[in-house]
Order: sequence, then C-alpha cells, then structure tokens
Amino acid sequence: MKLYEYQAKEILHKYNINVPKGEAVTDVEGATKIYNQLGTERCVIKSQVLAGGRGKGGGVRIVNTLEEVKDYTSKIIGSHLITSQTGEKGVLVNKVLVAEAIDIKKELYLAISIDRSASKITIISSTEGGTEIEEVSSKTPHKIFKEQINPLLGIRNFQVRQIAINLGLTGPLLTKASSLLKTLFKIFVENDCSLLEINPLVLTPDDEIVALDIKMEIDDNALFRHKDLLEMKDISDTGNVENVATEAGLSYIGLDGNIGCLVNGAGLAMATMDIIKLYGGEPANFLDVGGDAPVERITTAFEIIFTDPHVAGVLVNIFGGIMKCDIVAEGIIHAIEKVDIKVPLVVRLEGTNVEIARKMLNDSKLNIIFADSMKDASEKIIKAVNENK
Amino acid sequence: MSILINKDTKVICQGITGSSGRFHTEHMLEYGTKVLAGVTPGKGGTRVLDVPVFDSMKEAIKETECDTSIIYVPAPFAADAIIEGAEAGIKLIICITEGIPTIDMLKVKAYLNTQTTRLIGPNCPGIITPGESKIGIMPGYIHTPGPVGVVSRSGTLTYEAVWQLTQRNVGQSTCIGIGGDPVIGTTFIDTLKLFQEDSNTEAIVMIGEIGGSAEEEAAEFIKQGVTKPVISFIAGVTAPKGRRMGHAGAIIAGGKGTVAEKVSCLRGVGVTVVDSPADIGEAVQKILS
Repeated sequence: MKLYEYQAKEILHKYNINVPKGEAVTDVEGATKIYNQLGTERCVIKSQVLAGGRGKGGGVRIVNTLEEVKDYTSKIIGSHLITSQTGEKGVLVNKVLVAEAIDIKKELYLAISIDRSASKITIISSTEGGTEIEEVSSKTPHKIFKEQINPLLGIRNFQVRQIAINLGLTGPLLTKASSLLKTLFKIFVENDCSLLEINPLVLTPDDEIVALDIKMEIDDNALFRHKDLLEMKDISDTGNVENVATEAGLSYIGLDGNIGCLVNGAGLAMATMDIIKLYGGEPANFLDVGGDAPVERITTAFEIIFTDPHVAGVLVNIFGGIMKCDIVAEGIIHAIEKVDIKVPLVVRLEGTNVEIARKMLNDSKLNIIFADSMKDASEKIIKAVNENK
Repeated sequence: MSILINKDTKVICQGITGSSGRFHTEHMLEYGTKVLAGVTPGKGGTRVLDVPVFDSMKEAIKETECDTSIIYVPAPFAADAIIEGAEAGIKLIICITEGIPTIDMLKVKAYLNTQTTRLIGPNCPGIITPGESKIGIMPGYIHTPGPVGVVSRSGTLTYEAVWQLTQRNVGQSTCIGIGGDPVIGTTFIDTLKLFQEDSNTEAIVMIGEIGGSAEEEAAEFIKQGVTKPVISFIAGVTAPKGRRMGHAGAIIAGGKGTVAEKVSCLRGVGVTVVDSPADIGEAVQKILS
C-alpha cells in the first residue's frame, strides 16, 4: 500500500522528524486558508498522487502570492496529472499539499528498502539528492552507498555514522544525521514499510535537516497489525474496481485489452495473459481469485471483469490445488445466472475435483466453450472473440 | 531417487486442526505420505484423521521422531511456528502459509542461517516426490515418477508445467514450489544444486516470474555449476510496470525484474527458455529424447 506524501509526512512528523509545515486540502478555499496560516509569501503546492515524476509533469508549483495559489489550485485539483510514471491517462488529483518553501543548501538522497537477494533491510544514500536515483545509479554508481542491516542485530551506531560520513556530514551534523537515521529505521520497522524514500533530504542554510519529499509504502501482508495505516487507504487511489476486488479477496489489475481472464494463482494468471498476447489477443485484466475461494468470490470475479466495457470474451483458467474445481464450476453457474454473460466464455479446468466440476458444467447446459489445455483455451477464446466482432 | 523427501520421510503438520491443514493432511495421507503427528497449541491429546495432535513441536518430535514439518498456521503466527520447528530440531520445514509480513521473514531467514534447518516457502505449494511422498497442497494425480526436476516460484503454474510433462509420459524426480514472496527459505540456486547432485534427475524445469533478481542469480549459478539441461519459462511479459501481480514479490520496480532481462540472462548461459507457457512439456520432451 502506497501512502500519499502528506500522509507520510504526518507519520514522520509524529516521530519528530523535520518536515515542511503545511497541510493537504481538497479545494481553493482550503488552500487559501492554509496559505494564510503559513504566513510566508513563498510556498509550494504539490499534487497528491501516488506516482513519481510530479515536478516534471507540472504537478508541483512554487507560488509567491495568494492569487497564484488560487489560480494554480483551481486548475490542478480535479485535473488528470500525467507524469512519466502514470501512463497516458494520468491520475486524478483530488488533493494538494500546501507547504512552506524551504531554503536549500544541499540536497541529499536517502532510502530504506528491502534487499531481496540479501534478505536484509538496506539503507541507500547518495550526495546526489533531488534527481532520479536511477539516473545517478547508471551515470555515477560510485556516488551511491548501501548499508545492509542485520535483522537480528538491528541498526548499529557505527552504521548510521558511516552513512552520515558518506553523505559528507561532519561535526554537529554528523550527530544530528545519525540520530535522524536511527529514527527513520525505527519508522521503517515499526510501520512495516517496504519502502521509505526521502528525496531530497535537505540541508538548510542554518544546518537543519528536512525531509522535503517522501515516498512511503507499507507491506500489504502486515496491514493486519496496522489498523491506523489501513485507515489512511484512499479508495480512489487505483480506481474503484481494484478496491472492490481487494475487498472481495481478489487480486485484479485492469489492462487495455478485450479478453477477460479469471485464473487461480498469480503465476498462472500472468502466464494466461502472456499466452493470450502470444497468440495475437490482448488481455483485459490480471485476475487471481486466490487459493480456496468461496463460490461468491468467483461470482464477484465475473462481475468485476464485466465492469470493463471492452471485455468481449472471458477465459477461465483454473488449475485446482487448494482451489477446488467444483467450487469454480458452481461460481461460474451462479455468475451466468446473475450477470447474464453475453460474450463467449471459454473454460479450462484441471486439478482437484475436476471430474465433478466438468459434470456440473455439462449438466448446466450453459453456453460454455470447453478447452482441455492452456493452448487450446487461448486459441478458442481469441477465435470466438474475433468471430463475435 | 529424489531430493529432500522420499517414501520414508516422517511429517508433522503444524496447524492440523485448521480447515486447510485438515483438508490437505487427508490428501497427503491418501497419497501415502507418512503424516505421523499434528501440532495445534491447546488441542494436544486429540486426534485428527486418526493422527495424534500435540501442543508443541518439541513434544511431537519426541513422540514420533519426525524430521520434517508442513505449516498451515495463519500468517500472524507462522513466523513463530517456523522458529518453533527449528528450535525443536526439525530438519526440513515446508511453509504453505501466505501473507507473512516481510519484516518477520527477514528475522526468520537470518535466524535460520545460524541453524541447520532448511525452509521451503513460505507462500508455496510445497514439495512432492511422485509416487513416494507429497508434502504440500498440489493435486497428487498430475504427477508421475521420472527424471525431471521441477522448481518454481509459482503454485498453479507449476501444476501446469508438471501436467504437460505427465501427459507426455515424462515423469518428475521431485517438484518444489519455492514461493512467490520477497524473502524465502530455499532458493532457485539451492534447488538447482540439489538437482545437479541427484543421480536420478536428468533435466531441470525452472519456472520464474517478474520481480527481484532470483532468475538472474540462478543464471549465474547455472553457468558455473549446472551441467544438466535446464528448461525455463518466465511469467509476466504482459505485466504493467510498478504493479504488484498477486505475489508480493512479483513487481517490476524501477525498470528492474523484467521478463526480457531474465530471459536474456538465462539464454546467455544456455538455458532453453520457451516463450509460451504451453510449450514447457514439449521442450523438455525434445531435450530428453
């Protein structure tokens, strides 16, 4: 789960880390109020979207007068912001953060993430803050430092000192940065983060260290023990359908094609999309019903697939392990009764209780095209969709 | 022959009284797996499917001398169950549980590095040596004994590959799902090493997916230490960037972990990579004949 910048800043602020003063608002009136409260002429207005590249995409503006505040917020709120990370459609801006502008002496980079190969939390730092870290990494890899943290020992003082030294911080700043780093690590662990990136981490002319922009992501698997963070989840963040799916225990991602997919298991779901594409079709979605799905979840899965008006056919590919094929069959029968499916439906079932499932579907006399392998299934759905045009 | 488990492997089921623990224990017993004990704290002294239930791993091991366990314990308690097993001296732990927080697994992994216990998973389908022992949730009938070792990050996609083999009368030595999480116990490299050393494995199927760099690391290992033919498929060529595709580990982040990158690394060291998931069986058959 990704948090918005303003939410991440609220969390850091609770741990007494310096973040620019400000507040997130949803309209011009709100922005006016916060601008007046801040009382400084120069402020920054930042679109709150869950995608990077906001600055270059026109989603961040420095303002010097109230008129500029009103002018910019009225334009940006409710618009779709397109950045290098959002795709062509862009993302809807519902909120902006109005914050004080900070004087910058030096911009640094800091990120805490999980190094999968090493199975350790890793702190990545660089003196080249403010730019895209991928760029620094490819052009000047020697300017990126990594410090791995032993999960059993936790972060040690010598490690935070080393990071501060790598960042060129000496004297009183070394102590200040060390303490900041330990707090950030604590935030990462206590909130079950999968990413905590501060770019830039700013050094001000009077030697304060301020977290100017923050990306924070929480491990979805750990949300059960973070009710407070779960409440921060914005249901408009990925479009409603994906949220409905998550609520129902489904993993759904909408794509641009016209062949709906209903699959069990993430790997098989991806492979099903891949094979559709390989045979000349375009998948409309990624959908993993998970293991051990009840009948209702299968029905919901169909409903979710058909929220996409482009779907011209559906491929069901189930290889039962935990998931029992007869449950899927029952779900399909329910769904057809409830959803009134007007497009071709190809079903491929294999695995646990497959014989019972095949009999159920056969007996139902529903208009289903049966397939006996993945290849057969993808060829049949593509053919059926093309004939139906 | 096989790797890690065979017909004599004695198994404890951690979480046997839960619905999936019970369901799959029944299927494991049907397959012939020696499930000799179950553990559920508070349910000691009872029996499930005629298998005795104990309150702790220590007790279960003392009474039954099992050296392998399978875990169906819910995610919030699974990390503890793994450590309990290791502390009690179990040699092999297969953790089926999905959704264990990554930070919990970092600690488990670091702890296991100081022990001799091997962990498979979490969030995996388990391990099967066809005709001998099934310790997992895979449907038994799709497997048949033979010379192909199968290792995969995915569950159902592994069944797909295995089924293609079995339909062509190409059997399997052992099939392992290592799991789709960012932090796992046994890796591709560990499994490749075991298959390379196993005299009855003649070819290896390795199924990967987007995200992380496990396939790239495996390619490096294959170059140095695997002489047997390796056949591979990598799922997720159509996956959009930056989106988590079901598995916690399956995400293309910062342009890293793409199918193209993985395929090129694997082909570079002589691995046969098929573009279609429907061609895995055929490719293996061709190489073996």
